[in-house]
Amino acid sequence: MTLLDVHGVNVVYEPSRGTRIWSVREVDLALEEGEFVGLVGESGCGKSTLGFALTRMLRAPARLENGVIQFDGVDVASLSGEVLRRQRRNGFAIVLQSGMNALNPVRNVEDHFADILKAHARSGEHHPRAAVRRRGAELLGKVRLDPAVLAKFPFELSGGMRQRVSIALVLALEPRMIVFDEPTTALDVIVQKAVMKTIQELQQESGFTAILISHDLGVVLESTNRVMVMYAGRIVEDQPSKDLVRGLHHPYTEALLRCYADPRAEEIHLAGIPGSPPDLSLPVSGCAFAPRCPLVQDICWKVVPPLAPLGRGLAACHVRAPSDKVPGAKAVAAKVASGRVGQT
Amino acid sequence: MRQVPDGQRASGKASSVPPVVVDGVSKIYRVRGRGSGRFTAVDNVSFTIPPGSAIGLVGASGSGKSTLAKMITGSERPTSGSIRFGELAVESLHANGLRKYHSRAQMIFQDPYAALNPLHTVAYTVTRPLQNFLNMSAARARDRVHELLETVGLTPPGQYAAKLPHQLSGGQRQRVVVARALACDPELLVADEPVSMLDVSLRAGVLRLLADLRANRGLSLLYITHDLLGARVITDEILVLHKGKVVEQGPTKYVLQNPKHEYTIQLLDAVATPFATDGNGSTR
Repeated sequence: MTLLDVHGVNVVYEPSRGTRIWSVREVDLALEEGEFVGLVGESGCGKSTLGFALTRMLRAPARLENGVIQFDGVDVASLSGEVLRRQRRNGFAIVLQSGMNALNPVRNVEDHFADILKAHARSGEHHPRAAVRRRGAELLGKVRLDPAVLAKFPFELSGGMRQRVSIALVLALEPRMIVFDEPTTALDVIVQKAVMKTIQELQQESGFTAILISHDLGVVLESTNRVMVMYAGRIVEDQPSKDLVRGLHHPYTEALLRCYADPRAEEIHLAGIPGSPPDLSLPVSGCAFAPRCPLVQDICWKVVPPLAPLGRGLAACHVRAPSDKVPGAKAVAAKVASGRVGQT
Repeated sequence: MRQVPDGQRASGKASSVPPVVVDGVSKIYRVRGRGSGRFTAVDNVSFTIPPGSAIGLVGASGSGKSTLAKMITGSERPTSGSIRFGELAVESLHANGLRKYHSRAQMIFQDPYAALNPLHTVAYTVTRPLQNFLNMSAARARDRVHELLETVGLTPPGQYAAKLPHQLSGGQRQRVVVARALACDPELLVADEPVSMLDVSLRAGVLRLLADLRANRGLSLLYITHDLLGARVITDEILVLHKGKVVEQGPTKYVLQNPKHEYTIQLLDAVATPFATDGNGSTR
C-alpha cells in the first residue's frame, strides 16, 4: 500500500525581501508501507528541507510553495492545529541530527517520556508514573538500552546513548513513518555502526516506513532498500540500493561513489567532486549538475531532464536515461554510447 | 595544485623540520565527585614523527587521541613522560616559550563551524597570526593572506577575503582554518579530525590539500582521526590507540591490510563503504 504520495513539491526560503531560495524543486515520490529509503546528497541539496516538509516541520522563512503531500490518503499540507498534532501520534515523526542535544539537561530520561506521552495523550487518557516507567523501560529496551537509563540525566549518557533515547522518544508515539535526519553523523564510527544496526532492526521489527537522510552514501547503502539521490533541490536518481554499486548511473551518483574506497585496497584514488553545487537563489536552466558533469552535452544546458527509466529505477539525465518526452535526448545518448562524443 | 611561493622558508629545505619524539607520555585526570578519582586518558605512549612525515593517530572517541594532540601542541601538560620537538622540551614550556612554539606547531580543529569567529572576515582571521607572531605590516599581511588563500585553493582570493564564515560552505571554512594554521609557516601541523564534519564529497579535497602541503612545504603532519580511509590516503604510518594505549603501530597500508589487534579489526569493520558487499576491495 502506498503510504506517502508526493507530487510537485517546492519549498522556498525567503530570508529577506527579494531573496528567494528554491531549496526543493518539483519533487515527486511515492513510498510503500514498510519501505526503508535513503535520501542522499551534499550539504544544501535540500534533503533535510524535504524531510521537514514531509513531516510538516518547516518553519519560516521556509515555506511549502506548492505541491501535494498525501500521507495515508490525508493531505498533510493542509493540516493545522489540533488535527496536525493528532497526526504526530501514530502518524509521522522525525529524529533530528541534533536530537541527542535537544534533551532537557535538568530532567531525567523518565521525565522526557512522561512529557511526550502527556503532550500527545488522547482525551481522557492518563499516564500515571508507574505506567510511564513501564512504557519507558519497554521503549528503551527496543533501542537496546537498560531500563536503569530512565533515572539518568542527559549529561550522564554518551552521545550514542542520547541518540538512542531520542529515537525511543519518537517510538513512544508509534509512528507509521519516521524520518531520520542524519541520525549518526555526530557519532564515532563504531557507535554509528551500532546505532544504524539498531535502527535497521527496529524498522524490521516494527515495520514502520523509514526515510534515512544522510550525506554518507556508504551508510545509506548499508541499511536501506532503496536510495534517492538529491542534487540542487531535485531527486536525480531513484534506485534499489543493491543496484547502485554496479552499472551506469546518473553522473552525480557516480561521482558520489568515487568519494569512497576500501581502506584495505592495494591502490586508492579518491576523486571527490570538483566544483560546487549551484546557488539556489538563482534560476537554474537545464540540468543543475551540467557545470560539474563529465558527460555534459548541449541539451543539458537547455532542458531540465525529467526522471526517466534507468535499470530497475529512475534517473534524471539526458545522457544516461534519455526520456521520450525530451526531443533529441535519445539521439544524444546514442551518440555518447557509440563513442562519437568525448567521454571521461 | 600548484605550489605557491612560500614567505619565510624556502621550499626544498624539508630537513630543517625537527623530529617530534614522544617518550613514555601519560595523562591522568583527577575526577571530582564519586568514583575512584583518577582517569588515565593516555597511558605510557611513545612514538616519533620523523621530519616531514605524516603519522596517523587512529581511535574511537575516548581513546585519548585528542588529549595526546593537546599535549603535543602544548595546551595540556603530560602527567609523566616527555615530548621533544628537536631540542625543545614541549612539556615544560611556559608563557613566551609556548607562544614561540605555537608559531612552529599549529593545530587544525575538527569543527570548522566553531573554529572561526562568526564576526571576523576571512582576511582578518588569516591576518591575526601574521600580526601576532610575525609582526607583519598591514600591507605585507594583505599580500600574504592572498597567497595563503591561493595555497588552500580559495581562488580567486579577492573573492573570499571579505567574506564572513556564514557565507562559506563547510569545506571552504575548513580551508580558511588551514590557511590560518599555515600563516606563521609552521613546521608541524596537528590536524584533529579535520574532515569528520564535512560532506564525504568534500573530504577528498581537504585530504588532498593536506597531502600537498606536506609534500610541498616539507612540514610534518600528525593526523588524528577515526576515519581509516583518510588515514590511509595521507599518512605513512599509523598508531591505533585504544583506551589510552597504543595497541597497534606500523606502516599504514600494512596495518590496514594485516590488522592484528581486535580493536583495529573492529574499526575496519565500521567503515561504511558502498563496495563492502563486493568483497573484492575494488576502489573503481
